[in-house]
Amino acid sequence: MSLKIIRPGLLTSIQDAGRYGYQKIGVLISGAMDTYSMRLANMLVGNDENEGTLEITLLGPTIEFTADTLIAVTGGNFNPIIDGMPVPYMRPVAVKTGAIMKFDSCHTGCRAYLAAAGGFDVNPVMGSKSTYLRANFGGFKGRSLQKNDLLNTGTPHSFGRQMLSALLSRGAQSFAEAKWYIGKTHLSGKILRKPIRVTAGIHYKYFDQQSKYNFFSSEYTVTNNADRMGYRLKGDLLRTENPLEIISEAVGLGTIQVPPQGLPIILMADHQSVAGYPIIAQAIAVDVARIAQMKPNDHIHFKLISNEEGEQLFIEMEKFMENIKIAINAKLQN
Amino acid sequence: MDKLAYTIKPLGETGLIIIFGDEINPQIHKNVKNLSDYIDKHPFPGLCEYTISYTSVAVFYNPFTVKNHCVISKEKTAFTIVTGLIKNYIAAAVKMPQAKPHTVEIPVCYGDEYGPDIEFVANYNNLSCTDVINIHSQSTYLVYMIGFCPGFPYLGGMDERIATPRRKEPRLVIPAGSIGIAGKQTGGYPISTPGGWQLIGRTPLNLFDLKASSPSLLHSGDLVKFVPISPEEYQRLKEDKV
Repeated sequence: MSLKIIRPGLLTSIQDAGRYGYQKIGVLISGAMDTYSMRLANMLVGNDENEGTLEITLLGPTIEFTADTLIAVTGGNFNPIIDGMPVPYMRPVAVKTGAIMKFDSCHTGCRAYLAAAGGFDVNPVMGSKSTYLRANFGGFKGRSLQKNDLLNTGTPHSFGRQMLSALLSRGAQSFAEAKWYIGKTHLSGKILRKPIRVTAGIHYKYFDQQSKYNFFSSEYTVTNNADRMGYRLKGDLLRTENPLEIISEAVGLGTIQVPPQGLPIILMADHQSVAGYPIIAQAIAVDVARIAQMKPNDHIHFKLISNEEGEQLFIEMEKFMENIKIAINAKLQN
Repeated sequence: MDKLAYTIKPLGETGLIIIFGDEINPQIHKNVKNLSDYIDKHPFPGLCEYTISYTSVAVFYNPFTVKNHCVISKEKTAFTIVTGLIKNYIAAAVKMPQAKPHTVEIPVCYGDEYGPDIEFVANYNNLSCTDVINIHSQSTYLVYMIGFCPGFPYLGGMDERIATPRRKEPRLVIPAGSIGIAGKQTGGYPISTPGGWQLIGRTPLNLFDLKASSPSLLHSGDLVKFVPISPEEYQRLKEDKV
C-alpha cells in the first residue's frame, strides 16, 4: 500500500491521457481535463507521461502515505500541507511513511494532478487507467475515490527510485522537495485570464451577425453546471439565422455547441461522441487545458483564430513539453 | 463505378470530418462504414480516434505526430497531410470487397413487466399488443452507430406503424436490457439508466459486457433481428448467463 484516502474531497479520480479507439462501441475517451498538467506531474516523478494520476477537483482530499513515495503535484493551487508545512508544486517531493497530506479548497485554477512514481497500480481497461465515472469502469473500481480507499503504487522507474532515496537521505521530517522546479507552464502568471482561442465551428456561418459579434466581443460566465462532461456558460444568447436541421454529428474535446435556448456549452473530457446542436466554435487543445482550470463564476472571452494558427500553437506547445521533459530527465539522472 | 461524393472540413486544429451526405440512409452508412473499416485496418501515425455518425466519419489526430512522420512535406499543415491521406483511404476503401454484414438475433420477452409500455404503444397506433410484437420482430434493423453510452445501438428500419412519442414523464430507472421505442426509433439500453423511451420488452442478453472479448454485442453495420421469447425462456437465458 502507498496511499490511504482519509477524506476524498469533492471529486478525486484516477485519470491518464484517455481511452482511445473505443468510441465506435460507445466508450468515451475520458482522461485528464488538463492533460498538460497531468503529463508534467508524471514527468516530474520519472513516469511515462501518460501514466494515471489523481485528478483533484475544487475541494481537495486528505491522503495518508503508508510507504515512502515520490510524488509531484501540478495544476490548480490547493495549498497542500504536510505537518503544517506547504508542499511545493511543480517539482519532485519525497514523502515519508505516515505523513498526512491535506489539500485545501482550490485557490487558483480548478484541478490539480498528483502523480506518484510508478503510477497507480490499477488494471487498465481498454488500454487506459482513466475512470469512466458514468459507466463505472476503469481507474479505481470504476469510481471516484472514497474514504479509506487504499491505493497501491507501481514500481518506480530507476530515476524515480534514485530521486526518492536522494531526497530522503537529507534526513527530512516528513517530506523533502527537490531544489529545482518547472518555472513557466501553460498556467503561469496571468495566463488564465487571457482569451480562449477558438477556430470557427462547422456551423459558424449559420449563426446570425449579432450572435457572431456577441460571441467574440462579450463576456461569458462559467455556470455551476461545469463538470467533466461540459461547461455550460451564461452570457449573450446565440442564434442561428434560420433553424438548423442537424443530423447528430461528431463532436470533440473543446467543441462549443449551442442548444436551442441559445447558451453555449463547451464539451470537455467526458463528452459524448455525437450530438445534434449547432456548433459555433472549437476551442483549441492548448486552451482546453486552461478551460479545465476555470471554475463556476469565472469569466471567459473567446478569440477567433485560423486552423493554421491553432495547429501552430499545438505544435509549439508539444515542443515546449518536449523541452521540459528533456530538462527534467537531465535533473532526475543527476 | 460512380465517383463517391464527399466533403472534408476541419474540426478545429486536431480533427477533420468527412461528410458523405445529409440524410439517414443505408447507402450513406455503407460509405461511412467502408471508410471507418479502412481506418481500423490502416491506422496512421498520429491518429488518435475516429467517430462514426449517420452521415460522416470524424478523424482526430495529433498534429505534432502527423507532421513529424511526414518527412517529405515539412511545409504542409497536418490538416493538409491528413486530408490527402483520407482521400487515398476513401479511394482504396471503395475498391475493398464488401464484408457481409453480421446478423445478430436478439431474444426479447415482450410485454408485461418486461415491456410495461406495450399497451400504450398498441393503443396509440390502434393495434393489438400482438400486432406490435409481430411488427417489431418482423423487421431487420441496421445498426448505424453505437453511442450515447457503451453498447447503445442507434437502429434504423423500424416500421412506422409502431412509431410512438417518448413518455411525458421519463422513468428514473430503466432496467438494463430494456427494448424501447422513441418516435421512429427503436433501441436497447445496455445499462440501467433514466430515460423516456416507451418500453416494449427486455432481452436477457448483455448489450455491453466488459469481461467479454468483444464488449459490445452490436457494432456499426450489423443487422439486428428481434426474436420473441416467453418469460420462461427469458429466465432460462438469464440464468445460463450467470
